[in-house]
Amino acid sequence: MTGRRLVYMDHAATTPAAPEIVEAMLPYFTERFGNPSSIYGIARESKAAIDTAREQVAHAINASPEEIYITSGGTESDNWAIKGVAYAHRKRGKRIITSAIEHHAVLHTCQYLERQGFEVTYLPVDEFGRVSLSALADAITDETILVSIMAANNEIGTLEPIADCARICRERGVYFHTDAVQAIGSVPVDVRAQDVDLLSLSAHKFYGPKGIGALYIRKGVRLDNLLHGGSQEQRHRAGTENLAGIVGMGAAIERAVGRQEEYARRLTSLRKRLLSGIMERIEHVRLNGHPTERLPGNLNCSFEFIEGEGMLLLLDHAGVAASTGSACTSGSLEPSHVLLAIGLEHATAHGSLRLTLGESNTEADVDYVLEALPPIVERLRTMSPLYADYRRSCNVQ
Amino acid sequence: MYSEKVMEHFMNPRNQGEIENPDGVGEVGNPKCGDIMKIFLKVKDDRIEDVQFQTFGCGAAVASSSMATELIKGKTLEEAWDLSNKAVAEALGGLPPVKMHCSVLAEEGIHKAINDYRVKQGLELWKEKPGASHAHADDACEI
Ligand SMILES: Cc1ncc(COP(=O)(O)O)c(C=O)c1O
Repeated sequence: MTGRRLVYMDHAATTPAAPEIVEAMLPYFTERFGNPSSIYGIARESKAAIDTAREQVAHAINASPEEIYITSGGTESDNWAIKGVAYAHRKRGKRIITSAIEHHAVLHTCQYLERQGFEVTYLPVDEFGRVSLSALADAITDETILVSIMAANNEIGTLEPIADCARICRERGVYFHTDAVQAIGSVPVDVRAQDVDLLSLSAHKFYGPKGIGALYIRKGVRLDNLLHGGSQEQRHRAGTENLAGIVGMGAAIERAVGRQEEYARRLTSLRKRLLSGIMERIEHVRLNGHPTERLPGNLNCSFEFIEGEGMLLLLDHAGVAASTGSACTSGSLEPSHVLLAIGLEHATAHGSLRLTLGESNTEADVDYVLEALPPIVERLRTMSPLYADYRRSCNVQ
Repeated sequence: MYSEKVMEHFMNPRNQGEIENPDGVGEVGNPKCGDIMKIFLKVKDDRIEDVQFQTFGCGAAVASSSMATELIKGKTLEEAWDLSNKAVAEALGGLPPVKMHCSVLAEEGIHKAINDYRVKQGLELWKEKPGASHAHADDACEI
């Protein structure tokens, strides 16, 4: 391997802001800095820029601009949707339903609410990471006030049947929230067609800036505020607006949704090349997540007998940025809750590798990874007592 | 996140491999926690003539195995027994707090291998020193 090459394959973690997005944002740090709540000229310009961005976000998901509330990102949107509905409707019922594979922004919010006296059902998923509609229908009771199921999983890429979930919730008179942070720009999202009540999105996952996102709140849905203070966001989310961030999010979502189909087609083809290349070159590999119902750019595999962090360090040495569901990167000793929820053994979960493709990736990148990965896996297997045991058991037979 | 020394040992592990017909073997850890370490010893005249390791685990686990084996190679069994996890971590230029259990695993692996040797020799087992400062590696991972 000659030269230092950087192959970024961690687009599920974050994406780089596209140059034209940064360009669009820049004036709003300097000459167009006015506080949108003031009344003079430059303030009105700021207000107009926010209105435009709100329309861009609304248009991208087929909502009305008044239904878009700007937040600081996916985490805040998830917290607001869940806590907001929980607190506004606690008199009606204290039950919430979600899935076992949600992002921590949803799971830890639900766990917090459990400590506040709410009851949360965590729906299991099948081996591919899909929730069962009949299990959802069975879990809803008269006291259920909210169901939150993600549109697409960030680790294994599995797409959830959110339109079907939403239909069940509508029939039963329960609010339906979806965390669509990974879905926007990669798969079609339409809040009317899919009939969702609340939807979270985050700009840094679709080539916009970090620290900015939105919560779609269908007209008529009542929820408590999370942040109290000034009268921004139709009095529902206080705080002077992140003007440049909002402009960037608006431009980025328009760009992302405009090229969604082509993006999905391109990434699907790269992902298939990557997966078949890995399967051809390396033994004892398992694909995690759904074979077809998955995010176009998401590949998640477990390599038996080895541990994920070692793979990441060696890949990094080869200039490849990737991610793992192994404990070692989570700050705890438990592997990813998502990989355990789809039924993986601990050792197999520790050996997972997530490669998430995006705009910058080419066939040459894929081929580079296919060249770099086999010797890395081989090297770690040579080191592994689990592999030695396996080899011994083969020889005995 | 890792010191240069940890990375150096991870990239170029010392004593990685297996010893055929070892005089003592110690395997510690479990797949649930994501770390398994196996230490092989060749002993001559109460001295560690050769030591090799196999590790399933993160960068810190591999580096701890590598450093620990390097530190005990050529030492007497008593000296090897006295190697603490702290000494391993220090020799590596420190480990992140969540990775300290990797150095504990190395110490435990060596102890287990030494006692395996002692059992095979018909000698009595050595006991962990009372008040030994380290946490048991498994404590860090709820099993
Ligand atoms: C599915 C999902 N939900 C929520 C988040 C949190 O979003 P943010 O980083 O904008 O707070 C992420 C990103 O890490 C995500 O992938």
